[in-house]
This record gives sequence, C-alpha cells and structure tokens, in this order.
Amino acid sequence: MAGFTMAEKVLARASGKPRVAPGDIVDATVDLLYMHEMLAMALIPFKEIGVAKVWDPAKVVVTLDHWVPPPTPEIAKMHQQIREFCRAQGIARFHDVGDHGIVHQLIAERGYALPGRMIIGSDSHTNMVGACGAFAAGVGATDVAAVMAKGSLWLRVPETMQVWVDGELGKRVYAKDLILKVIATTGDDGARYQSVEFAGPTVEALPMNERFVLCNMTTEMGAKAGMVAADEVTQDYLAHTREPLGPFGPDEDAVYGKAHQFDVGGMGPQVACPSNPANVKPVEDVAGTKVDVAFLGSCTNARIEDLRIAAELLKGEKVAPGVRLQITPASQRIYRQAVQEGLADVFMEAGGTFTSSTCGPCFGGHLGVLAADEVCISSTNRNYPGRMGSPQAQVYLASPATLAATAIYGVITDPRGA
Amino acid sequence: MQTRFRGRAWVFGEDISTDHIIAGKYLGTTDPKVFAEHCLEAVDPTFAKQARPGDLIVAGPNFGCGSSREQAPIAIKHLGISAILAPSFARIFFRNAINLALPVLECPGIEKAVKPGEEVELDLAAGDVRTPSGVLRFRPLPPNVLEILEAGGLVAKLKKELTAKASS
Repeated sequence: MAGFTMAEKVLARASGKPRVAPGDIVDATVDLLYMHEMLAMALIPFKEIGVAKVWDPAKVVVTLDHWVPPPTPEIAKMHQQIREFCRAQGIARFHDVGDHGIVHQLIAERGYALPGRMIIGSDSHTNMVGACGAFAAGVGATDVAAVMAKGSLWLRVPETMQVWVDGELGKRVYAKDLILKVIATTGDDGARYQSVEFAGPTVEALPMNERFVLCNMTTEMGAKAGMVAADEVTQDYLAHTREPLGPFGPDEDAVYGKAHQFDVGGMGPQVACPSNPANVKPVEDVAGTKVDVAFLGSCTNARIEDLRIAAELLKGEKVAPGVRLQITPASQRIYRQAVQEGLADVFMEAGGTFTSSTCGPCFGGHLGVLAADEVCISSTNRNYPGRMGSPQAQVYLASPATLAATAIYGVITDPRGA
Repeated sequence: MQTRFRGRAWVFGEDISTDHIIAGKYLGTTDPKVFAEHCLEAVDPTFAKQARPGDLIVAGPNFGCGSSREQAPIAIKHLGISAILAPSFARIFFRNAINLALPVLECPGIEKAVKPGEEVELDLAAGDVRTPSGVLRFRPLPPNVLEILEAGGLVAKLKKELTAKASS
C-alpha cells in the first residue's frame, strides 16, 4: 500500500481514521484555532449558534493585527469587543496591542505552531505556519465560529502537489524570488484546493524565515495549505517551546497529484507585476520602472532577517527624492529587535519611515495606502487591483533586497548590482 | 430550500479577488450594509446600485481569490444575488458562500455562454443552467455541502444539530 503525504497524515490523525485519501470529507479535530480582528465578525454567527463557551480556550490564540493601533472609533470598539470576549471566555493567549504581531508571525515566533498539528486560522495566509510541519488552513468568520462552538471542522482531504527545488540561490536571490517563480509556473489558482509540499536540497538548506515565505505565498497559488517537513532546522527554531519534537514528513512512497521541479541555480530576482501575483517577470525586464512608494511589511517578508537585508543596502544611502519608503515589521518583537540592532536608525537616516507592526498597508486598510496614480514596490503577497488602496494604483511584488535597491534609485533596480 | 433561480446575469472576468469584491478600506465595521454598498466597486461602480434581488453573478475562473474575508460573500448576499456561477472558485470564498447559504456552482464555459443582462435559469436539483446560448451542466455539489445549503447555512445547520443533541 502506498504511503501518505504530510497533509494526509495530519488529517487522518485529526479525524481519528487509520488513513484518508484525497477527496474524502473528514471532520477534523482542531489542535489550534487562531484569530485576528475577524473574531469581531465571527461573534455574530457564534452568538447565533447559541453555544455559551468556546470549546477549549487553551487551544485558542487571539491577537490584533489588521488595524493596530485602531484608526477609527468603530475599530477601537471592535478591539474592545475582542478584548472583552477573550476575558469572558478565559482565552489566556490573547496578545493585545503592545504584545501583538501579524498573527501568522506571532504564532510562529511564540512557538504555537508545532509539527503534525491541525491548525485553523481566520486569515488566508494561515498557510505560512505550515512551514513548521503543521497542516494550517485559513477560513472565514462562520467557519471560525463553528470551530469555536465544536472544536472541529469539515475538510475535503486535498491532493498534494510536490514542489521539489534543487540548486543554490544566488547572491541577493531569496525564497521570495523562488516562490514568485513557482506561482508564475502554476498560475494564481494552480494549487486550488490542494496542499503544497516543498522539498529538495534547496528547501532543506533554507532557514525558517525563508521557509515561511514559501508557505505563506502558497495562498497565491490557491492552496489550502503549504508545508515543509519538520527537520533539525524546525526543531532548533521551536526548541524554546520545550515540546518533545521529532521529525515529521511525508512517507517516501507518498502519492502526489502534480509535481513540479525547479533548479534555482542561475535564477535571478523576480518581480510580480500589476495586477496579479502570477504576472511574474525577471527583474531585468522591469528595471527602470519609476516607483513612488516602497513598502517593506506584511507576514510575507517583514521578519528581522528581511529588515537586516534592507538595512545592509540602505546603510549610508538616501531614499531617492519623491519616494516614500515605509518599513512596518511583522511583529512587535521584531520592531523592538530592529530598534535594538540599530536597523530603525538606518531606515530613518536613509529618509524612510519606521512604523509599529500592523497588516494595515498590505490590505489597503490604513497607515500608508496608495493614490490612484501611485506605483509601489512591495514585499507583500498580493497585488490585485485595489489591494493596497486605489484600484488604479500599480503594485509590484518583490524581495526586500529588490525593494531596498529600488528605494535608493527610485526605479525598479536589480539588487545584485546595487 | 429554493432550487430554481431565474434572473438577470451580471458578468465579470477571471480572478475576481476579494479585494475587488469588497476593498480593505471598507472592512472597519461589521455592518453588512456598508459591504453591500461598495460591492464590486473596483470592477463596476454601478453594480451595487443597480443589482436587484434575484440577479445572478456569472464570472470567469478563480472567483473570490485572495483573502478570507467573509465580508465578500456577505456583500453579495446582502444585495440579494441568488447564486454565483463560475468555472472555479477560490477555496475560502467557496466555503464562506456556502456557509451563508449562497449557492456557488462550478460551471465550465459559463462565462462565455452569457452576456451581461441576459436571463439565466438555474435548476439546482437538475444540475443545469439555461442560458440564451444553450443549456450547461454544473458540477454537482458534494452531499455535505448540499446539506449546509439545504439547512439554510452553517449556523442554521449547527443550531439544528445542537437542538437534536439536547433532546436526544
């Protein structure tokens, strides 16, 4: 009998079955439910369902990330409702403003996502924490309410797509460039309803911050989950949790739906052009395009390593006249670390702004959105029309290095020569 | 459950994202009226004003891609749109719509078969949709998904299950 992929192993265990196959509908027990401000929306169906208490408050994590700090009285009120709900329900792992982060980054850095676990999040980029070897899928408000009520969720067992990567990433070429290349190959719905497993020598050699980038943007392939086998790199990253952690990966004879192979040797930086994450071109093809805004932020690429890469390029340089550079770290911890390491000073010395952590600009919510005629280079994950502000704004997605080089010259710039 | 829907079609292209359907700047509320007022504004600013209860949406592949925001199908449902037909849907949007008892049906070729404003007739039980250029079949919904629709949405289904459990 054939073996199982990571997603199949997690879903079989979570649904109490000896084995599952793609297409099966299972009722999966949830090990961790995490939410951001969508909790305010989910309170409406949760109250309607009529269950007084959350099934297991110890399995719930809540933080505030989309609107931090709250830009309107109505949003401040939503935050109050969430705060009050967590208190009343005994949700101890509520990370309020000041201890907050973009929820996926917070889940990762606090060690809440563990290998083999079944995780549901209230946000489409929940896929990101699958880099810890967990099955992690995003859902909407009513599904979140259902999980709060009963601790499980129906899921269709996905086919698994394998993305095998070999070769060495070149100078100033990163996981962001690789995943853009992958999305260009599959299209922005190429992995719809599927789980994506990343494997191969290149993936094994990647540190956790880069593995998060790969899994994060499986959402832009339409995937239900993105996963990387848990190995020593994962164990080191999660060592602070003191949880017993073994390796967790697919069986050698696991059966995959589609399989894609990439050799990244010789691959240069990639840029997703307006207005689709699959509209990807090598940086050379768009070099010289004038930009108004450079935004380094989001769950995709605003970890401390990303900030260090940008700071290395920006040190001693000035942002081009007329360009607005904004750096918004992925969590409050990263924000503090960036201040302590002197990175914040580099950004401000270069003429950039450095803000506290929020999703705000990435989804066009607040704290730096785009005008109709503005062109932005962004380290984020999506560039559909209207994503970051006006539907007429143009957004290019790139790595932090490409972004920093671009901020200095005011036009899209290959970071390898910067 | 209503299984036959007849109405005027609004036709949209491929990759209509949740950012198109309801932009991030309108999400700072839980009021469905606000979502409805700005529904699909980035694609067709007249849509929210001119859509009538009973109208249907026809679109290209990957409808509802992007974020998990349930405000997107809430906006569409609040306008009274009776169903959405597209060759494919993004997975979270599909779940969210079904949970709200908004029928979303995978119907290959539909976006080429219908012109804006044309009448279409959808028969959930028969599994087909009549358009001026012919009859198309859509993929049958899995039984568990159909159960949610028949119950009137996931909340109604869970309430029913809880009541049954309490009285057994």
